[in-house]
Amino acid sequence: MTQTTMTSLQRVLTTLGHQEPDRVPLFLLVTMHGAKELGLSIKEYFSKAENVVEGQLRMRAKYRHDCLNGLFYAPIEVEAWGGEVIYVENGPPNSGRPFIRKPEDIKTVEPPNVKESKCLGEALKAINMMKEKVGDDAPIIGVAVSPFSLPVMQMGFDKYIELMYEQPDLFNLLMKKNEEFCVAWANAQLEAGATAICYFDPVSSVTISTRDMYLKTGFEIAKRTIARINGPTATHVASGRCLPIVGDIAQTGTVVVGTSVDEDLAEMKAACKGKLTVLGNLNGIEMRNWTPEQTETIVKDAIAKAGPGGGYIMADNHGEIPWQVPEEVLLGISEAVHKWGRYPIEI
Amino acid sequence: MTQRVEQFEQALLALDQLAAEEILASALKDKSPMEFVEQVVVPALERIGDGWEQGGVALSQLYMSGRICEKLIDTVLPPKDSRRKEQHNMAITVLEDYHVLGKRIVYSILRASGFTVKDYGRTDVAGLTQRANEEGVKVLLISTLMLPSALRIKEVIPKLNDGMKVIVGGAPFRFDPDLYKEVGADMMCKNASEAVEVINKVMAGAS
Repeated sequence: MTQTTMTSLQRVLTTLGHQEPDRVPLFLLVTMHGAKELGLSIKEYFSKAENVVEGQLRMRAKYRHDCLNGLFYAPIEVEAWGGEVIYVENGPPNSGRPFIRKPEDIKTVEPPNVKESKCLGEALKAINMMKEKVGDDAPIIGVAVSPFSLPVMQMGFDKYIELMYEQPDLFNLLMKKNEEFCVAWANAQLEAGATAICYFDPVSSVTISTRDMYLKTGFEIAKRTIARINGPTATHVASGRCLPIVGDIAQTGTVVVGTSVDEDLAEMKAACKGKLTVLGNLNGIEMRNWTPEQTETIVKDAIAKAGPGGGYIMADNHGEIPWQVPEEVLLGISEAVHKWGRYPIEI
Repeated sequence: MTQRVEQFEQALLALDQLAAEEILASALKDKSPMEFVEQVVVPALERIGDGWEQGGVALSQLYMSGRICEKLIDTVLPPKDSRRKEQHNMAITVLEDYHVLGKRIVYSILRASGFTVKDYGRTDVAGLTQRANEEGVKVLLISTLMLPSALRIKEVIPKLNDGMKVIVGGAPFRFDPDLYKEVGADMMCKNASEAVEVINKVMAGAS
C-alpha cells in the first residue's frame, strides 16, 4: 500500500485511521492566496463563490496539497449575525465593532437562518461547486467557529470574559443560541459537500483558559455541539496550546486536533496516539521569511517527529496562512513534504 | 512580605475582590500606597503573568486580576495623585483592529503598578501619529493581534517625534521574536506582566 499513489482523500482517511498512507498529507490552509492567483483584491475575491472555487482549485494544483478549504474568512459568521466585516488589502477580513454592545443585548439577538443568509449562502455554494469539481478525490474542509469562541467577535474579548465571570445566566443563554447556530451552519456545510468540519475553538486552548475552566465550559459545549454535527470534526485552537487537554478534547468526539508551534510535535503525537490525528504546526508568522534551506529543515523535522505511524497531517499552526507568505515558501513546503514525507519515513 | 504577595495573588486568581481589599487595608497600616504597589501588586501580577506563560493561569484570570488591581489602587492612589510614580507621558493603543483585550490587560497592569497611561483606544496610523506627536508622548505602547496591523507599525514609527520610544506587543510578536525589529520598534513585551520592566529598561536607555 505504501508504494502506490493514493488520492488525497484516501491519504487523509488512512492517516485518520492511524495507519501510514503513501505520504504525509499536507493541508496548506491558504484562504487569501487565491485572490493573488486570480489577480483580484481580497474583497473582490470573496464576493463570489466562483472566485473562491477557482482559487482553491488552482492552489491545490500548484502546491500539490491535500484539501480544499471551504473557509472564506473567520468573521463570515459574525457578518451573518448582522456584524461588521472590515476588509484590508493585505490580510484576512477582520471583524469590526462588536454587535453585542451590552450583555442585555444577548436576550434579543437571534441566530441567523443559515439557509437565508447571503454571505453564508455564497460559502455553501462554493463548497457545493468544489464538491462537483473534486468528487471523492480530495477532502473539502468546512469551518464553524465554536459556540464558546464566537463571542470574542460577537461582543469583544474583554466584555466576554467579564460576562463569563459576572453574568453566568446571560453567558448560558448566549451559548444556547450559539450552539443552535453552530450546529445548523456546520451541518449545512456538510450537506453542501464538505467532508469534515474544522471546529474552531481558540478560547478553549490552555493559552486562554485553564483546564479546570475548560472542563466546566468549552469541553461541555464541545461535547454537546459536536454530537449534533453530522460528520467528522477537527478541533483547532488557532495558535494556542492544547497539550494538557488533548485527552479531554478526544472525549468531545472530534478526530483531529490542531497544535501550536509552542508545543513539541513529538510530545503532542505521543499524547494523541490512537486517539486523535495531529494537525500542525508550522509557524505561519515566521514562515514569511523562511529561506529554502530553513523550509526544508523545518518540514523535515516535523515529519520526523510526527509522521511515523500515521495520525498526522502537516499544516500551519494557526489554520490560515498569512497573505505575506510568498509562493516560493509554499512551494518549498510542498516540495519538502513530497520529498521527505514518503512512507516509510526515512529521516 | 512574600506571604502577603502570595495571599494577594491567591485573592486575585480567585477573583476575590473582598480579600484583596482586606490585604490592602492591612498593609496600609505600615506601608505607603506606593510601597504596597511596588512590593505586593507588581510582584503578584508578575507571578500571575508567569503562571500564564507556563499554562497554569488563564488569560481571563490575568485580565480580571489586572482589573481588580486597577480599581483597588485607584481608591488609594487616584490618577493625578502626586504619590504615583514619576511619569513618562505614556500612551497605549490598539492599532487598526478591534481586538482590544491585550491592550486592556496591559493598561490595567500599568495603572495598578502606579503608572498614569493615556488610553487612546483603537486608532489608525494617521490618528495615532498626530495625537501622540501633539501630546508629546515619550513612551508609546502599541498592541496588535493581526499580522497586517502589526506590519502597519512600520508606517507609524517614521512619523513620530524624535526620541519617542515605541514598545509593541501582541500575538504576531510572540510568534516571530524578530518582528519588532522589522517594524522599527524599540522593544517588545512577550506578555503584559513584562510591560513594567520593559518600560523601565527603555526609559533607562533613553536617559
